[in-house]
Amino acid sequence: MKPAFSVIFLTTLIGAGQGLFLALYTQQSYALFDLLPHQSDQFYGYGSLLALCLLAGGLVASFFHLGHPERAWRSAAQWRTSWLSREVIALPAFMGMTFLYGVAHLAHWHPVLTTLPGGLKIDLTIVLGGIDTLLAFTLFVCTGMIYACLRFLREWHSPLTIINYILLGGASGFTLAAFYAAVAAPDQASFFAGWAVIITLLGLAGRIASLWRNARLRPKSSLQTAIGVKHPRIVQKTQGAMGGSFNTREFFHGKSAAFMRALKPTFLVLVFALPLLLLVSSLSQPAAWILGMAFVVQYVGLLVERWYFFAEANHPQNLYYQTIG
Amino acid sequence: MTQLALVIDLNVCVGCHACVTSCKEWNTSGSAGPLCDERPYDEDPTGTFFNRVQTFEVGQFPNMETVHFPKSCLHCEDPPCVPVCPTGASYKRKEDGIVLVDYDKCIGCKYCSWACPYGAREIDEKQKVMKKCTLCVDRIYDQSLAEIDRKPSCVKACPTSARLFGDIHDPESEVSRAIREEGGYPLMPEWGTQPANHYLPRRKTKIKIHKDELERADNPLKVDGKLPKPSKSEPTLDDFTTW
Repeated sequence: MKPAFSVIFLTTLIGAGQGLFLALYTQQSYALFDLLPHQSDQFYGYGSLLALCLLAGGLVASFFHLGHPERAWRSAAQWRTSWLSREVIALPAFMGMTFLYGVAHLAHWHPVLTTLPGGLKIDLTIVLGGIDTLLAFTLFVCTGMIYACLRFLREWHSPLTIINYILLGGASGFTLAAFYAAVAAPDQASFFAGWAVIITLLGLAGRIASLWRNARLRPKSSLQTAIGVKHPRIVQKTQGAMGGSFNTREFFHGKSAAFMRALKPTFLVLVFALPLLLLVSSLSQPAAWILGMAFVVQYVGLLVERWYFFAEANHPQNLYYQTIG
Repeated sequence: MTQLALVIDLNVCVGCHACVTSCKEWNTSGSAGPLCDERPYDEDPTGTFFNRVQTFEVGQFPNMETVHFPKSCLHCEDPPCVPVCPTGASYKRKEDGIVLVDYDKCIGCKYCSWACPYGAREIDEKQKVMKKCTLCVDRIYDQSLAEIDRKPSCVKACPTSARLFGDIHDPESEVSRAIREEGGYPLMPEWGTQPANHYLPRRKTKIKIHKDELERADNPLKVDGKLPKPSKSEPTLDDFTTW
């Protein structure tokens, strides 16, 4: 497939946004059980607004993918069948709830809604954050399923696609949270950095698994099934048009095999190796600039990773478009 | 239920592209707007087409055949492009099974084209909406046309009648009979899309003659015990004269 930068920015930005929110709420959940010191409302509030900025950036990027952005509102219609439609609903829902969560903190508005038997006070922000966590995972699943549901794009048609969207989004979000904490609440930075290391390692395992799987895929369709002629040697002589067409542009990345081979180690280093090195090195002595660099490196790596993810998928329609004539 | 479809006879198609030009002409002139072309007379021309004729070489010289292969939307009975559409612009008509795009609802996200294994959908680069074969839905029901003209324009254009059009759910229709009796097959059956359009394979008409059938067993000369003249080993008249 031809990677579209609008979709690359959409998926990486909202992934980081979802991860950042999940990081903040994880810390608040720890604090609820007195495992970590409760942070100021500003810490959670401005952190949520930062996540909101990333989500809004992703939303803006997505509009560049559309031929008719002014009709984008229509895309919520088919939520019964279309994962894209479900994502279109889940993204604003998650953004809205993140906004409420952030505003509730900033307005110091946390009335205790209920007290659990152990004396645990559940206030409004805990409830809002809990709902928002569900929405964050819903959005991850919707985003992943957009690709995983296309059964003949076999590189995508796997649970690993969804798992990796969750893990890679989570990794970049927690890394960003570590940087944010190093600036706003330095004593919490190593908590976020520790989780960022764990999720990045899990992400590495997931991505290696999908690379391993995809390298061993054998195509189901062939020229034989594409035109329905049984013969071991079939060669296309012309695709029916001397100029290019949508079919020759949209479904192939247009780069050499050597370029694709070089991308794989590039993103493995940028998404996993370098950020892990930077995160681990700052576990004991968190420094904002190192954590900031870890996030930037990992985000750039994720752009490469997402480009590779799209380019790697081999669409069966390419069987029909191999020779100009 | 009705399922309109094309049946394309690869045994007859000569690869003349008449269906391509006829399709383009009809569908670029309709009320739905043109099928836009970009830089048609310059370098790197490109344009929107509903139908293409491709050519494949099967086998190796001298034991090879050239197969001309017309390709358009197959109007799948279980179309994977329809459920993925977020706006409902892509739909399959209940009454006749034609898969259509509502150009006024399409947002041009291209997701349906990703979901079609056949590459049957093309985005119109100027109008920024997804387009595809409509089976000439603006023609086949047009009461102002003579009944013989109420067929897709590719079918009308084909000089060798390689394209048949009809309802594949009616077992007695011309297309159903062709599929049944001439070995009609769908493309890429492995994806379970159940394409409505079918293709008829290349086929050779052959007759098996055994050696003993070359000579009449009931030849009267044989019955009379006389030998045929000239005998089989002697030269015949054809060996002497040019007619």
